[in-house]
Formats: sequence, structure tokens, C-alpha cells
Amino acid sequence: MAVLVFAEHSNAALNDATAKTVAAAQAFGGDIDVLVAGHNASAAAQAAAKLSGVRKVIHVEGEAFSHALAEAVEALVVPMMGGYDAFFAPATTTGKNVAPRIAAKLDVMQVSEITRVIDASTFERPIYAGNAIMTVKSSDAKKVVTVRGTAFKAVESSGSASVETAAAPAGPFKSAFVSEEIAKSDRPELASAKRVVSGGRALASADQFNALILPLADKLGAGVGASRAAVDAGYAPNDYQVGQTGKVVAPELYVAVGISGAIQHLAGMKDSKIIVAINKDEEAPIFQIADYALVGDLFKVVPELTEKL
Amino acid sequence: MKVLVPVKRVIDPNVRPRVKADGSGVDLANIKMAMNPFCEIAVEEAVRMKEKGVATGEIVLVSIGPAQAQETIRVGLAMGADRGILVQTDAAVEPLAVAKILAKIVDSEKPDIVITGKQSIDDDCNQTGQMLAALLGWPQGAFASAVAKDGDKLSVTREVDGGLQTVSLNLPAVVTTDLRLNEPRFASLPNIMKAKKKPIDMKTPADYGVDTAPRLAVVKVAEPKKREAGEKVADVDSLIAKLKSAGAI
Repeated sequence: MAVLVFAEHSNAALNDATAKTVAAAQAFGGDIDVLVAGHNASAAAQAAAKLSGVRKVIHVEGEAFSHALAEAVEALVVPMMGGYDAFFAPATTTGKNVAPRIAAKLDVMQVSEITRVIDASTFERPIYAGNAIMTVKSSDAKKVVTVRGTAFKAVESSGSASVETAAAPAGPFKSAFVSEEIAKSDRPELASAKRVVSGGRALASADQFNALILPLADKLGAGVGASRAAVDAGYAPNDYQVGQTGKVVAPELYVAVGISGAIQHLAGMKDSKIIVAINKDEEAPIFQIADYALVGDLFKVVPELTEKL
Repeated sequence: MKVLVPVKRVIDPNVRPRVKADGSGVDLANIKMAMNPFCEIAVEEAVRMKEKGVATGEIVLVSIGPAQAQETIRVGLAMGADRGILVQTDAAVEPLAVAKILAKIVDSEKPDIVITGKQSIDDDCNQTGQMLAALLGWPQGAFASAVAKDGDKLSVTREVDGGLQTVSLNLPAVVTTDLRLNEPRFASLPNIMKAKKKPIDMKTPADYGVDTAPRLAVVKVAEPKKREAGEKVADVDSLIAKLKSAGAI
């Protein structure tokens, strides 16, 4: 058996989600090759070669891969799949964008956001915002899978696989990259941060979100998240959203500030090791899953907490 | 431009799903159902395109599901879509088969844009739009937070992990909606009345020659591990003390 793992990377660096996807592929079994498709992505390919358990890295250079255009990735991967039994991609926005295209072309029903590999055709995945866990057995000859990073422990970087280069498919493709607005931040990345501080609608404005949540996050060395309500209201950017349709996080410490705890939000953070909730509403559903519940006015409590930490 | 919008009937997003005691699935008997929220956003976007004069052709809704999915189509017709197609089946249809049926409908309806929700809140698959684009050989703008016609192309701003990304798509194209694309309207009573007269074509998967047999067999559906409520802390000092003794800080 052989698995092709699709690497999530920024060309200059490999994303942690890749090492977690390799871990899921190891549980599936067989030889593991990692595909690094990028533009000036040698550094990412070298980092992928160090991942433990990898047989080889296939490095493909092309301008269409600088931002992982789905149409180009499909054209690259589908012909390669003759040599593989499975395609594993991280359940990041990139993986979710490309994997279903590949599955459809292979006439395979994708298994999305797996949280456990039971055997080479059986997987667990959350449904209904994590309110139920479904075990499915795939009857397709090849498997196409996306992997929820929080459910797998990243493999070590102690390997030394070879790096092969392969040719990029000829374009033109029917889509083109135009621009991006990627927030630059020195804070830990939300999806892989060990600690996360999230703010909700009770912050009441973007200014107050920034004035209260960011200093607390910085004091804790934490990534910053937000509830959907806070993002919809414009208090925080879209990439902060934690929940069913945003990012799923499972840090060692999750601090929910002014978040009531809709099921869609809980779906994105309830696997955190320790949950702290700060909310003035004693009845807020977030308190039903919090390890430490502090009922109080966040505008008083949060500055005090930041100061005393 | 003509727009096709698939809509799915799912559990109402405000209802808490319960796993059946026999582990065969989620209990939907006598549960309130609604249009999948991301599909509502898709219908809204199509109607806005028409109101802005970007889409001059029809807006056609498609649902694949039980007879009651007609109600879901009617909701979209009341929002401003022109007509519907119900591909009626009581079986669960997986995204791959849905995409195959939609591809056949696209062949006959010839829309310029298909707008789908990015995922449905029941199976959380996030596949159908991308699969449809692949089967049609069309480009895709998945997880859209803004869509604009730009000459003979479609400009789509996408919500990605690090922020926002804008891509330019040749038409025809598939767009999948994210939460910030728009805020769906509530249909007015006159529009709800008018929607009752709009046509819905009744079809079956067999009409399109698509095999809907599932590829994924459900072994079991279980409750997730329960998380117990912890303890109340009186003030910031005791919170810090608790976190220290738990080794969290």
C-alpha cells in the first residue's frame, strides 16, 4: 500500500498540519510519500523530507502552485494516483478546497475531517457540529481523506527522506490568483497554538476586542480566536473564527471571554484540555463544559487577569 | 447570466441533534427541519445578483431529497428564485452522487454560475461544490465572502486560514458560500404567496441515470465523549491559583 500526503505549506515553511496528516497516514499504513507543490518551495520540500516515516518527497514547482489553485492541484494529483491507494490532505482551507476535486475525478466518495483511523477502510469523523461521531467504512478502491489536525499528534522531524522533483502540469488553468490579505502576526498560529484566548460578542466593539483580548493573549503567549458572532459583527477578522465551520482547535488552555457557547462554537474548541470561561451570564452554555467558570464583568476581570498573570 | 442553486433540507440549526439509541444515526423523527444555512446564503447571493442586474437569466433551485424538500425549495422561491427542481429520493445521497446529479442538471439547464453552500450542517462534508466543479471541468471559488463580475470573469474573495484570498475565474464557474458573503433576507408574506405558484419539476435520480448507492457504509453513530462542567471560581486570584495547580500556566 502507498499513501500520497498533500503538504500544506507557505513555500518558505511547512505547516504543522502536514506532520499531523502524515501521522494519520501512518495509522492507515503503507509507504508514505509527501507531495510539496509550490513556487520556490525548496525549503518546504526539505522540511517535509525530515518528517519521520516518509518514504520520499515529491517536489513540484509551478506558478499556479504558489497559492495552491484547486484546478492546478487536481491536474497534478489525479494522474499520480495510479501509483497510490490513498490521498490524505489536511482539513485546512487548502485541503478542503482541493481534495473533493480529486475524489470526484477518481470517482471516490471522500471521507472528510477524520479524527481516527480504525483500519485501512474504516474511519471516525464528527458530524452535526461534533454532536455525533460517525464510523464509516469506505467501499471505494482508493481512499480520499481529509484529516482533522487536532485529532493526531504530529510526527517528529527526525527523518531523512529523499526529495524527487516532478514536472508541473501544463496550464493554462481556468482560475488565476489575484491577491491575498494575510494578517502578519507574531502570535502563535491559532490552529496549532498551545494556548488560545477567544473573544465573543460581549466585547461589543473591535476596539475593545483589541484592547482586552490581545494583551491577555500576549501575556499567555496564546493564539487569538473569536466566536462567529464577534466575527460577523466585525470585531475580529474571519480567520479568527473558532467553530463548526471555522477553525477547530484543541489547545492545552482555552480561555473563552464573553462567549455564550453556541453549539457551533463548542464544536470548534470542546476538545481543549483546560477550558476557562469568563462571562457575566451565569446561565451561559459555555459554563457547562468549562473547567473553570468565572462569572463576572469581563471589562473588569480581563484587565485584572492580564495584570496579575 | 443564469444561476443554479442547490439547496438542502437539514435539521434546523438551533435544534440539538440526538443520537439514536441503536447507534444507527441521528434521530430526525419529529425534528424541526430548515434550509441549510449556507444554502440560504447561496440563494440570497443569486437573488442579489439578479437585483443588481449581474444575473439577467433565471435562478433555478435544485433539491435532492424527500418530498418535504419541496418546502425547502419554496423557501428559496419566496426569497426570489424563479423555479425549482426536486430530485426526489428518501435514501441518503452522498455528496459524490449529489454532484453527479447536479452535473446532469447543469448539462440541460446550462447555467453560467452554480452557487452552493460550502457545507451542510448535518454531515459537515464540505465537498459537493468542489466535486461538481471537477466533474464539469469548471473552475471554483470555494468559501466565498465576496463575488463580483469582472468583465467576462468572476472575481471571488475566499475565506482562507490566514485571511482572505481573491481569485479570478473563467465562466462558467462554481462558487461555494461562506458565512460572511451576505445576510439572507426573510421572505415577505406576498412573496411567500407568490412562491406557491412558481413551478417545481419533480424528478428522480433514475431520470439522470445516476447510481446513488452509498460508498460509505455507516458502521455506527455514537455520542461524543461528554465533558463535565467544572467548578466556579470566585475571582481572578483563585482562577490563577487553579490554573497554576493544574499546570496550565
